[in-house]
Amino acid sequence: MDFTITSEVVDKVAKLKLTGELDSLSARVFQKEIEKVALESPTELVLDLENLSFMSSAGLRVLIFSKQKMGVGLTIYIVKPQEIIVDTLEKTGLQHSVNIVDQYPV
Amino acid sequence: MADIRIDYYPTHEHEGIKFRRGHTLPFGATMVPNGVNFSVYSSAAISCTLVLFERGEAQPYAEIPFPDEFRIGDVYCMTVFDLDFERLEYGYRMDGPFKPEEGHRFDKNVILSDPYAKVLGGRDTWRAQPNWDDVYPYRSRLAFEDFDWENDHPLETPIEDLSIYEMHVRGFTSHPSSETKNAGTFAGIRSKIPYLKSLGINCIELMPIYEFDEWENSRTNPKTGELLVNYWGYSTVNFFSPKAGYAATGKFGMQVDELKTLIKELHKNGIEVFLDVVFNHTAEGDHRGHTISFRGIDNKTYYMLTPEGYYFNFSGTGNTLNCNHPVVRNMVLDCLRYWASDYHIDGFRFDLAAILGRAQDGSPLSNPPLLESLAYDPILAKCKLIAEAWDAGGLYQVGSFPAYGRWAEWNGKYRDTVRRFLKGDTGLVGEMAQRLQGSPDLYPSRGPTASINFVACHDGFTLHDMFAYNEKHNEANGEDNNDGANDNNSWNCGWEGETDDQAINFLRHKQIKNALTILMVSQGIPMILMGDEMGHTQLGNNNTYCQDVEWNWLNWSLVNKNADLFHYAQQILRFRRAHPVLRSPTHFRHYDYVGSGLPDISFHGTLAWRPDWSAESRTLAFMLCGSHAKEGTIKDQTIYVALNMYWEPLHFELPTLEPGLKWHVFANTDMANSEDIHQIGEEPLLENQTGFFVGGRSVIILVAK
Repeated sequence: MDFTITSEVVDKVAKLKLTGELDSLSARVFQKEIEKVALESPTELVLDLENLSFMSSAGLRVLIFSKQKMGVGLTIYIVKPQEIIVDTLEKTGLQHSVNIVDQYPV
Repeated sequence: MADIRIDYYPTHEHEGIKFRRGHTLPFGATMVPNGVNFSVYSSAAISCTLVLFERGEAQPYAEIPFPDEFRIGDVYCMTVFDLDFERLEYGYRMDGPFKPEEGHRFDKNVILSDPYAKVLGGRDTWRAQPNWDDVYPYRSRLAFEDFDWENDHPLETPIEDLSIYEMHVRGFTSHPSSETKNAGTFAGIRSKIPYLKSLGINCIELMPIYEFDEWENSRTNPKTGELLVNYWGYSTVNFFSPKAGYAATGKFGMQVDELKTLIKELHKNGIEVFLDVVFNHTAEGDHRGHTISFRGIDNKTYYMLTPEGYYFNFSGTGNTLNCNHPVVRNMVLDCLRYWASDYHIDGFRFDLAAILGRAQDGSPLSNPPLLESLAYDPILAKCKLIAEAWDAGGLYQVGSFPAYGRWAEWNGKYRDTVRRFLKGDTGLVGEMAQRLQGSPDLYPSRGPTASINFVACHDGFTLHDMFAYNEKHNEANGEDNNDGANDNNSWNCGWEGETDDQAINFLRHKQIKNALTILMVSQGIPMILMGDEMGHTQLGNNNTYCQDVEWNWLNWSLVNKNADLFHYAQQILRFRRAHPVLRSPTHFRHYDYVGSGLPDISFHGTLAWRPDWSAESRTLAFMLCGSHAKEGTIKDQTIYVALNMYWEPLHFELPTLEPGLKWHVFANTDMANSEDIHQIGEEPLLENQTGFFVGGRSVIILVAK
């Protein structure tokens, strides 16, 4: 499935909705979007992953990049990720850096 | 402005791919702005070609010959632009002479993996059938270096305070009873961290985790029909890449992250991580083996060769890495630095390390440059370096390994002495006294921290099997029971193999407890083998290198079945942690240098102050004065340990304590479960303060308080 991404920043909350498969090619698109919203210095990054079916290491790396780009004060919410993505986050230890939630606002 | 630097732009183009002259160092493939820098060494190739694949594709999408002007000295280097870091797989073709008699085995038809590859693809899932027709089965990949370590760094625990647990990544959680979501992987180990903490160890030593090929020499056991594979992994394909098949995320190429996550979590829990590293040989085997990397890149440099161009075989496995060639020496150093800095590894155990001290012609060196470089390396300065101080070529250096004040050794003499003493052999009391003190006879100037003490390790019987089998039973390996060691110093306690006889089983458990106790009260660094704390058996097989089968995996139901053993192991490990007097960094001086009225260590027999050193003796007792703990810098309790390996109970007269102190019983392996060992601080008072009946083949520990 093709990858699509939408974003909006309202009151320091950046909301991104990712659909399809996040591989190394689409990770670049994801990263560009992160760089774009970073300009508005959000304090919360909300990633709606309900319709994301795959996340490769490049995708995970963008999450690390987000923290580096926007500072440790940034809170990342991952909303409704599919199980395979939660599993990958856990095995690679990234689940400690993000908040996995069923809905936002929590 | 960074982005107008001239070296960020290509100067050459080949079939649409843009590149320019690269940087010679570092070797390997390195991410640089806008591209990837490739650098590879070969002293004798006449040309080199970089081969690029899209991940998983059968055929390469590009082959770029290195222009002649890209070679500096013996190094080919090139920066290629606009590559997809994640999808890229690469390799090299090297052209040059095929003249084995001169040491050259070049073949430009073979695509070679990079000796410095940080990730290797092609064997991503453990025992997944490979495509045997793949033109390039072991594929070099890039690793990302942006892992979030948070505030982690190597723990730097003083070596004398470690209790090491030797484990096999796959064997630890593969058994169904482990009830782990990610069986047999780094993630699986991570889920068992609470167990490791409850056991009380503070260091794990992982059997080889460098990329190896479990399919190497795979065959079927004609008798059992079971598939035999390379399970232990002492056969490296690449020294810089973690084994993908050991990662649950290996199929996504994320083994680097998974392993780093495991190490970070272990460190958070105070547990160090050692790697068992195998620099003595590689997976390419002898002249009949297949070419993966080193042989095709620079055979003469990487391997020790006979004058006829065949492979020296000091490792018993076909070839021997030419470790004291300056180029190979640097590779080993680069490799260990990489693991210490990028993976936060706390220490290394070198398989058959005596080979690392051999010259290029195979003769032992008196001042081996590789061992010296490692000992004085600034990046490895706080790492523990442990040698298996012998090799398969007959060099045995326990006690004489070139240590440079740094190296510790697997103390094979400790293992042999303790096993024979436990078996009831005579003539060993004097030697036992040395082993208990950290082997001052072997390490007079190096101190007890040079001695890694163990009774069982992966190679040989488990502790349980040492008391259940007189003979090895390696039939399942399909080598007619000819493989594996014959000098096991084991004793089956009266019946070969499993039995329902309660007396025999009690004796076996007691012997395991005796062994664990001796190990934990010995000066030096104790190492226990995965599963020995719960009575793991290998059914008498003392060489399970090829057995990826359920009986060889750790059966977690043994924690309940042998609850007494597990409980004993937990308590005796805690005892060692609680008593600094057991963990001295220096040898005992045998006199009272703090004015406590007692020498730091004293030996006793059935009579206090009168050890029986005679040839027929099977008893020894010793007392450690708590005021001398850590050279008198810490106050500890005084501890008395009596070892009775005679088959009858003997009365031991106890040394008299200063007024106000009384002997309390911490452990007595002759007692039935629940009475055999006590909680620290809750040791019951000994009724008779002047003497103690120590049961036949039993150990007691008393503490003064």
